[in-house]
Amino acid sequence: MATTAAAPPIAAEPRSRPRPQRRRRWLLVIAERSLLIVLVICFLAPFAFILLTSLMSNHQALSTDLWPHPFEPQNFVKVFEEEPVARYALNSFLYASLATLGMLVSSIPAAYALSVLKWRGRNVVMILVLTAMMLPEQVTVIPVYVLFAKLHLVGTLWPLILPNWLGDAFSIFLLRQFFLTIPSEYADAARIDGCGELRVLTSVYLRLAKPAIAAVSLFLFFACWNDFFGPLIYTGETPAHWTLSLGLSQFRTVHHVDWNLTMAATLLFMAPVIAVFFAAQKVFIEGVTLSGVKG
Amino acid sequence: MSTPAVAADRLRARSRSRWRRRRTIAVLLAPWAIGFGVFFAYPLIASAYYSFTHYDLLSSPHWIGLRNYEYLFNSDPQVWSAVRNTLWLIAFMVPAQVLFALGLALLLSRARHGVGALRTIFYLPALAPIVAATLGFVYLFNPANGPVNTILGALGIEGPLWLNGASTAKPTLVLLALWSVGTTLIIFLAAVLDVPTHLLESAELDGAGPWRRFIHVTLPTISPVLLFAIVIGVIDALQYFTQAYVAAGVAQGGQAGESAKQLGYPEGATLFYPIYLYEQAFSRFNMGYASAMSILMLIVALALTMLILRNARRWVHYQGETR
Repeated sequence: MATTAAAPPIAAEPRSRPRPQRRRRWLLVIAERSLLIVLVICFLAPFAFILLTSLMSNHQALSTDLWPHPFEPQNFVKVFEEEPVARYALNSFLYASLATLGMLVSSIPAAYALSVLKWRGRNVVMILVLTAMMLPEQVTVIPVYVLFAKLHLVGTLWPLILPNWLGDAFSIFLLRQFFLTIPSEYADAARIDGCGELRVLTSVYLRLAKPAIAAVSLFLFFACWNDFFGPLIYTGETPAHWTLSLGLSQFRTVHHVDWNLTMAATLLFMAPVIAVFFAAQKVFIEGVTLSGVKG
Repeated sequence: MSTPAVAADRLRARSRSRWRRRRTIAVLLAPWAIGFGVFFAYPLIASAYYSFTHYDLLSSPHWIGLRNYEYLFNSDPQVWSAVRNTLWLIAFMVPAQVLFALGLALLLSRARHGVGALRTIFYLPALAPIVAATLGFVYLFNPANGPVNTILGALGIEGPLWLNGASTAKPTLVLLALWSVGTTLIIFLAAVLDVPTHLLESAELDGAGPWRRFIHVTLPTISPVLLFAIVIGVIDALQYFTQAYVAAGVAQGGQAGESAKQLGYPEGATLFYPIYLYEQAFSRFNMGYASAMSILMLIVALALTMLILRNARRWVHYQGETR
């Protein structure tokens, strides 16, 4: 031990470590690996049990059986017959896609004005965007609800969609973070060629920021797809406009749908999100990372 | 052509281009500015006004001065248990999430192989829609025949009541929160992998063990990301609604008829502040009182954020900054 302390550069070489230290290292590696394996099992188990239950008969789902016997894949068809799941899915899709389109049209220009262009008051406006992003939704929900009630839009999907057409703070923030990483030489070159700001935005920034635009679109789409509070307050009384999240939450409480069918619907609800994630994994991970970097 | 005329021309041209530039900025920002006014600035002011009124949506708001606040602070029997439950989340759920995500990120950063696959596995639950994840958990932790208690029973352990027990409902919701911690994990993992290796190596050469390297090198480097996660975590905890609302509704399921649904089942253990606010505003249509509640929430959110940010100066280090 004394020699290793006297000659640190050699001690840093793993091969020359004395025996007990090497063994401790091994034990540590084994402990880490086992912990990881246990955690992986815990993280995947819920998916496995949801899948297994969705393939059981109702009788079996209410027993302590863990393995379906016999397999009943027809549950996935039955759930469409018993509840208007297709309708819920359509509503969710309408909400998410219209909101995302509107967000892009309104938020990209705002993000551009808040990052590429330099003007007095820009930082103040940025702070306002961040404040709107950070404050809990419940703080503003009542007057907004009253407003939509006066416009006779409560009971439709519009109160969920329209606000996104007027800019989404989180998307603006994320796009701005990305625009700031684009070297200004590109914009300058385009300006020298005689482009106005709108042309610079559409021909330079839109092209270079494709990954960021994909990321914010996916994030907002999924946020809407998963949203529960909004659909609950605006469409709670009109089942024709229920989204998947709202419809699914009423399965057991109101309609007493069986557990096996509920789990089948739960899986159907998760499936598109997970499928898109695997198709666009890189965009996702980079987007999440971007959101945390200079928070 | 005299010089002053040229100068004036140039001045006019410049002011014209400046004007055009301002107009461009205004056009680019217009949608956001309208949205900010209609969906943020106006509602804040209107909430403050409604909080001094009695308002049930049917008749117009009727001024009652401070009576909503008096009821909120002095008489309402339910609001303080809602406040306590929400503070419980901030005290236990947020630290649990941050520490778990940090531990997991460190563990993943040390894995030699398959970091990408592991990252995907741990991120997947965060993708599951909240309602779907919650329903899954209600089934998994169902005390009578859920898989969790079945497995515990096979091991000879009598499982607790989980979401159906007053003392276990909130901890079960924490388990759900830990399962969906993926977003924070990815941010932490990116930060941990970003810690400059030369710093870690020179610390090792100086004789620092793994723990000291973590405390003196890794932690300071990732502290901005940690701060971000804590602030977001606290704000999310303040608005914690969907998981508790769905879990309480489904867990009591067949036991009660639709009309006899208990708020915050079981025994008010999951009556969080936003759930009570929702109940006041959208079940009982006490818009005035609910507005007073939302103003209190705004003040608490601002106060907590300030407190954290102010405290942060002591432990957060930004790159390139000397202490």
